[in-house]
Amino acid sequence: MKRYLAFLWDCFRLSFVGDWRYHLWMLVLTLAALTGLYAYCQQFVYGLVTTGMTDQVSWGAYIANFTYLVGLAAAAAMLVIPVYVYRNLHLHDVVIFGELLAVAVIIMCLLFVTVDLGRPDRFMHMLWRFNFPMSMLTWDVIALNGYLLLNVHICGYLIYCAYRGWEPSKRFYVPFVFIAILWAVSIHTVTAFLYVGLGGRPFWNSAIIAPRFLASAFAAGPSFIILTLQIVRATTRHHVHDDALLTLRQIVQVAMVINMFLLACEVFTEFYTDSKHVASSHYLFLGLHGRHALVPWIWTAVTMDLVATALWVLPVSRGLRWLNAACVLSILGIWIEKGMGLIVPAFVPTPLGEIVEYQPTVLETLVCLGIWAFGLLLYTIFVRVSVPVLAGEVTYERRLARVRGDDALSPAEAASTPRVASH
Amino acid sequence: MADDPSRFPSEGQSWGKSPTCHSDSGWTRRGFLTAGFGALAGASAVAAALSPLRHLAEGDLPSWQEFFQKHYKEMTAEDKEQVFARIRQEVEKRFGVQADVSDPPPLTGVEFVYGLNLSRCIGCRRCVHACVKENNQSRAPEIQYIRVLEMEKGSIDVETSEHHFEPASVPHPDKYYMPVQCHQCSKPPCVKVCPVEATWQEPDGITVIDYDWCIGCRYCEAACPYWARRFNFAEPQVPEEQLNPHVGYLSNRPRRKGVMEKCTFCLHRTRVGRLPACLEVCPTGSRKFGNVLDPNSDVAYILKHKRVYVFKEDVGTVPRFFYFFDERGSRYREEVGGGV
Repeated sequence: MKRYLAFLWDCFRLSFVGDWRYHLWMLVLTLAALTGLYAYCQQFVYGLVTTGMTDQVSWGAYIANFTYLVGLAAAAAMLVIPVYVYRNLHLHDVVIFGELLAVAVIIMCLLFVTVDLGRPDRFMHMLWRFNFPMSMLTWDVIALNGYLLLNVHICGYLIYCAYRGWEPSKRFYVPFVFIAILWAVSIHTVTAFLYVGLGGRPFWNSAIIAPRFLASAFAAGPSFIILTLQIVRATTRHHVHDDALLTLRQIVQVAMVINMFLLACEVFTEFYTDSKHVASSHYLFLGLHGRHALVPWIWTAVTMDLVATALWVLPVSRGLRWLNAACVLSILGIWIEKGMGLIVPAFVPTPLGEIVEYQPTVLETLVCLGIWAFGLLLYTIFVRVSVPVLAGEVTYERRLARVRGDDALSPAEAASTPRVASH
Repeated sequence: MADDPSRFPSEGQSWGKSPTCHSDSGWTRRGFLTAGFGALAGASAVAAALSPLRHLAEGDLPSWQEFFQKHYKEMTAEDKEQVFARIRQEVEKRFGVQADVSDPPPLTGVEFVYGLNLSRCIGCRRCVHACVKENNQSRAPEIQYIRVLEMEKGSIDVETSEHHFEPASVPHPDKYYMPVQCHQCSKPPCVKVCPVEATWQEPDGITVIDYDWCIGCRYCEAACPYWARRFNFAEPQVPEEQLNPHVGYLSNRPRRKGVMEKCTFCLHRTRVGRLPACLEVCPTGSRKFGNVLDPNSDVAYILKHKRVYVFKEDVGTVPRFFYFFDERGSRYREEVGGGV
């Protein structure tokens, strides 16, 4: 226990250490997160009237971001599967960054759901009367928290082993890695089922939502990781081989093509049939009865997705510049399409045919930005701490040596410190 | 490039030697000042971020009694007495009114059903306002359980309806009117999705909400095919003199912000033999309410003999609210009520 506390204390100290760019980045994120907290306190005092949501459009930016982030958490699975199922070596050393991303992102998801609650002070009612298995929301609570715990365990175990200089015992993490793979699929499926199971919302009541959600998640998640790995490579001494990035490129390539195909299926079914069910899609893509707040957004998203798909498929994206462009376009395009593009149109028109448009307020936007900043802050700390620990540069032995007073380890000792790369 | 040690001077060998970081032999003066200043700046930033909380009004945070209050279905008779006493106190504090809190149980052998005559309704919206008055809905922001749709003749598609019609007089000769409220479904999607069982169907068919249990996730609002549920986005405002002091725990007691509410067929009235407020006020007799299990009731007669339309029958929720049509007595054949 004492050693574990020492580990946490060393991690804590490590998260404050860095050059001026690191400090500036952390300062900006902290300020943004605190601004978000300020905005949330306003909402807590005055109620959700501070948001742009109404009885007509009763879910907005919070649930949209939540949905997108559940997808982003897929990044972990997309790194784990090649490594553990197909024994891909390029990704072996970077798989932990995907798992750490999953931890940070799931925490963001939970925050987005919490800020959406009208009575967050009653969260413990979930524990007393949990409407399982009827309510899909209870399934989602289990799926998300379970996925969080799995990834916290896997990352925490590996990093702590490195800190203590132990060889990680496969028994203690490999089974969890495989459970986490299945669990990753479940978090998307269950989150999609939240929406799909509602017969009163034709826009969501379609079997294609869940597979499309998976496809877009498997595109956005690894895209985010490709960018992250390059930042890790540029700012730390952790070695990331280009081949790792190119393996991820192949994954996104396939996922993005499937995503676009499913989008085409959806658009065809809605518009060719042209029944009353098309109203929400019509509102999203073309506008309805002169209201078209989402039209510019969705076409931006579709354009970004199409350009990104072309880039992913073409050989140009083997070069880092175009690869990064494709990543950014995919992340943004899917953020619009899987966020606002999936949530808001389901409420327009209302089940009684009324058209009320949704526009997030400044406070609501600040809360969203705050949660994003907090998530990035967490992820930065995770990466900042895990890189030197996994490289064997920060260990319990070194701490003991420091306490004993001999600041530098003898070269022999330093060499014998096992260099535990990620699993 | 990745091996350039200057990029991250604090890493590796230089770990722990950062001048602003405390060394294990004690705090350096500069390290102490920097850390102290950092902590102070951090604390004041957090305090500033939390500052809006000073505007929290009394009652915004739950009292201990409220925090540990049980779910309605788990309360014993004594628990209920305590809770009702607390509600009476709160109503008096908020509105200066002595309320009588009732909790009439569902009657055995009773299943309430509501029928609405589309041939007669003139779209006067008296039902809407009677409902607001009876059920203590917020006047600002305005919450109404009944939405009256002005429909195009020749279509029953709500998407072509007008929600915000404001004519000098009703009915408009070229329109017909369709009020929509909670359909008290036999297979309610709102009940199915609630993660905390804050809403459920009573044995007499009425779907109710425990306002003290709802967490305000609005999943039920997304699930309802009839747009019958309303959320308290802000603290509901009801003028003291307009508060209806005869309140039911599961129906019209005053709500707080952040929870859902909906039509309950006025269960605090109908379970003790009275009629819903919307029915009582209707000038045209378009509204019929009763126990469908009683073969002599109006609703049983209508269901057996008249042409009935079930709104969105295809979503399979099996509503206890239906629309029906008249041959004789239709306002399209003879004058009923005239302009209001």
